Amino acid sequence: MHTITLREGADLDGFRRAVRRLAASRTEPDTVLWSVGAPSLFGDDAAPASENGLPLFLPHAVGQLIETVVCHGDPERYALLHRLVWRVLNGERALLDQHADPLVHRLERLDKAVRRDIHKMHAFLRFRALPDPDGGERYVAWFEPDHHIVEAVAPFFVERFESMVWTILTPKGSLHWDRQHLMTGPPAERPDSLADDRFAEGWLRYYESTFNPARVNPTAMRAEMPRKYWVNMPETAAIPAMVRSAPARVQAMLEAEAAIPRRRTPEKAVAAMARQAPESLADLNRLIQRSEPLVPGATQAVLGEGPEGAAIAIVGEQPGDQEDREARPFVGPAGQLLTAALEEAGIDRGSLYLTNAVKHFKFVQRGKRRIHQSPTAGEVKHYRWWLMTELGFVRPRLVVALGATAALALSGRPVAVLRERGPMAFDGWDGFVTVHPSYLLRLPGDEERRRAQAEFVADLRRAAALA
Amino acid sequence: MDDALIEKLGILADAAKYDASCASSGAKPRSGGKEGLGSTTGAGICHAYTPDGRCVSLLKILLTNHCLFDCVYCINRRSSNVRRARFTVAEVVELTLGFYKRNCIEGLFLSSGIIRSPDHTMEQMMLVARTLRRDHGFAGYIHLKTIPEASPWLIEQAGLWADRLSINLELPSDHSLKAFAPEKNGGTIKAVMGQVNERIVEAKEERRRFSPAGQSTQLIVGADDATDRSVLETSGTLYQRYGLRRVYYSAFSPIPEASSVLPVKPPPLQRENRLYQADWLLRYYGFTVEEIASGGEGGMLDLGIDPKLAWALKNRERFPVDVNRADREMLLRVPGLGARAVDKILSARRHTRLRMEDLGRLSSGLRRARPFLIAADYHPVGGLTDRLDLRQRLVTPSSQLSLF
Ligand code: SF4
Repeated sequence: MHTITLREGADLDGFRRAVRRLAASRTEPDTVLWSVGAPSLFGDDAAPASENGLPLFLPHAVGQLIETVVCHGDPERYALLHRLVWRVLNGERALLDQHADPLVHRLERLDKAVRRDIHKMHAFLRFRALPDPDGGERYVAWFEPDHHIVEAVAPFFVERFESMVWTILTPKGSLHWDRQHLMTGPPAERPDSLADDRFAEGWLRYYESTFNPARVNPTAMRAEMPRKYWVNMPETAAIPAMVRSAPARVQAMLEAEAAIPRRRTPEKAVAAMARQAPESLADLNRLIQRSEPLVPGATQAVLGEGPEGAAIAIVGEQPGDQEDREARPFVGPAGQLLTAALEEAGIDRGSLYLTNAVKHFKFVQRGKRRIHQSPTAGEVKHYRWWLMTELGFVRPRLVVALGATAALALSGRPVAVLRERGPMAFDGWDGFVTVHPSYLLRLPGDEERRRAQAEFVADLRRAAALA
Repeated sequence: MDDALIEKLGILADAAKYDASCASSGAKPRSGGKEGLGSTTGAGICHAYTPDGRCVSLLKILLTNHCLFDCVYCINRRSSNVRRARFTVAEVVELTLGFYKRNCIEGLFLSSGIIRSPDHTMEQMMLVARTLRRDHGFAGYIHLKTIPEASPWLIEQAGLWADRLSINLELPSDHSLKAFAPEKNGGTIKAVMGQVNERIVEAKEERRRFSPAGQSTQLIVGADDATDRSVLETSGTLYQRYGLRRVYYSAFSPIPEASSVLPVKPPPLQRENRLYQADWLLRYYGFTVEEIASGGEGGMLDLGIDPKLAWALKNRERFPVDVNRADREMLLRVPGLGARAVDKILSARRHTRLRMEDLGRLSSGLRRARPFLIAADYHPVGGLTDRLDLRQRLVTPSSQLSLF
């Protein structure tokens, strides 16, 4: 008979080392006695590697099950796990799939109990804030888990409360987090009193108020929140009174006559409420400026520019780098090209209303450069409400879409610009589609560009004639 | 936190408790890190339960219980005499962070009565979410109940910060909505659901963040004369057409300051429970509304037994089912076998022919499943499923109602 003694608590390392040795020497589970308490035989890390045996290749699920089950308080856990490993290594690789096998079934129950305990500790632990000598706040909690899960829950609390300083005390060990390091400590005594602050009082009020006496059902409550956890939770102090008073509260509600409505028919307010849309272009622009960009990048919104009541509104794609810096539309290279083309067509830029389908510059930062990104169809749609409302204030006779993005925003469908250029009806507006000046900038040959520019100027002339 | 704030908290939590939604699940795992606060784990955690058996997962409050609307079923309607209160954006932020740091909650569920205008109200709610996320690096869960009458751009903005948006339909049919909520408009509500759904789908495709945990809604049951069948039909449509994550059912419950238009007696809570069970069958068990409704009478579900058992009793010719052979779809229809038990059966039977004793270890509902099963060592002779008193034998004498 071999006797193996592991460290108190969840001795995953000790168990791993022991099982490796036992597997190497092909020791059968029935000849091993597992005990817990004294320092582990294999527990010291100084033991030579050869003493530790070679790593075992176990299915992932087996490894996971071991990690949880070692946390269980059941003194038989190591023997059961050893038997599992033995069978898996001796021809039953898929043993864990056999949920009906008595050993598997028993281990699954232990596993479930530990998981539940972990889950309940995540849920039912309450921190209280104590003032720290150096002015900050320190959060302290007391909890009584059923199993040896203190180390298993640590990652959850570190991740969730990384920016706080906290301590968790339990009879099975303690955890301390100083925003940098996690330290584990010995079992703790229940602190005499953890001073409550006003938040605790507020929480109690919240807990009482969120309860509906007409639905009282303490059995369902206790199934999920067994009494043994109540000592850790300040709000449970209110439960007896809540349950006791529930029937009377419901009775009172049922007996009360239907309420006579307070004479309060704020017709004006209700009518006014319906008129909530922005009432002027300036209103709308304030909204746009207050809003979060719906594309990544953007330092500020670029608003439309030009007189309300302009005969023609020109809609571009989205502001570029320079527009974003100056918060004005069409001031970059493409804008300059547009200005030149307008001049050539004999149209006064100052008489037009100029705006973009998307109000923010979408870009990614590469070193010092801000690389323009085209908006996606979804992003264009996000901005559509703004664009349409804007046009509603400007009331142009004709809306000119520059390029595919503007045409999509205005028509709500993808438009093949080169094929469909010319007049087009937009959602309630007479429209006209032509290319975006940045398309002209991208054309490779001089000849080609000259021809395309002439066509663009011709388009602008046609549009002006239509308006 | 001073007395005045605690007092407001009492009023505005009380006013929010009739919303059944509580889940904090479905968000992508994330964490606030060294500078921020909080994390979401994907699954959501219930931090406490109140004596009505419902969980406390989120700080569920109203921004204000003042309201310009006059929906009869609602305690906050303008004609009710309740005490009124109103939080500032900063106060909601302070409460959320304070409770979160004490590990009382997973995050915030914020709803509101409509003040000034729907846009104004929605903007305040959006500002709460934006302040939490942007100024405090808050990584916990945020659920906003949208005001359907608010402008589309505000709903778009809300979706940037919230994990979930909900739009409560409250009443299953347009005509009861008209009668009970005169200022509301079923068309607007559904248009917003459509808009939100479209944005969620697009954002997924374009890998952007927009209400990543989807949208949900709530239906009040028992305030109007809608049958269970029509309630479920509405849900079925909502799941299909708007991709809703959850439909919550809230049995109309007596409220202080009740309107005289409402029924005096609340419907049995069991009705809500049955609807949740039916909803479950709809979403995870491949049942159709038609099949579920056929288990009851006159469009109402059987209050005495769960809808799966009710269906099985009316379709006895399809049973018993051989656990060693039947496909997943049919196993899922066996009363007492849950989806998890079915999956275990499927994986276990690849290794062995299952006997009754094995099944006992795989499922906790075997007592109820027994008459409907065939196992390697068990074949109900004489057709137990033909026995007339089967229903009687399967119903637990004193059925304690349990809530979801
Ligand atoms: S709008 Fe909302 S808060 Fe106002 S009365 Fe109707 S349901 Fe109640």
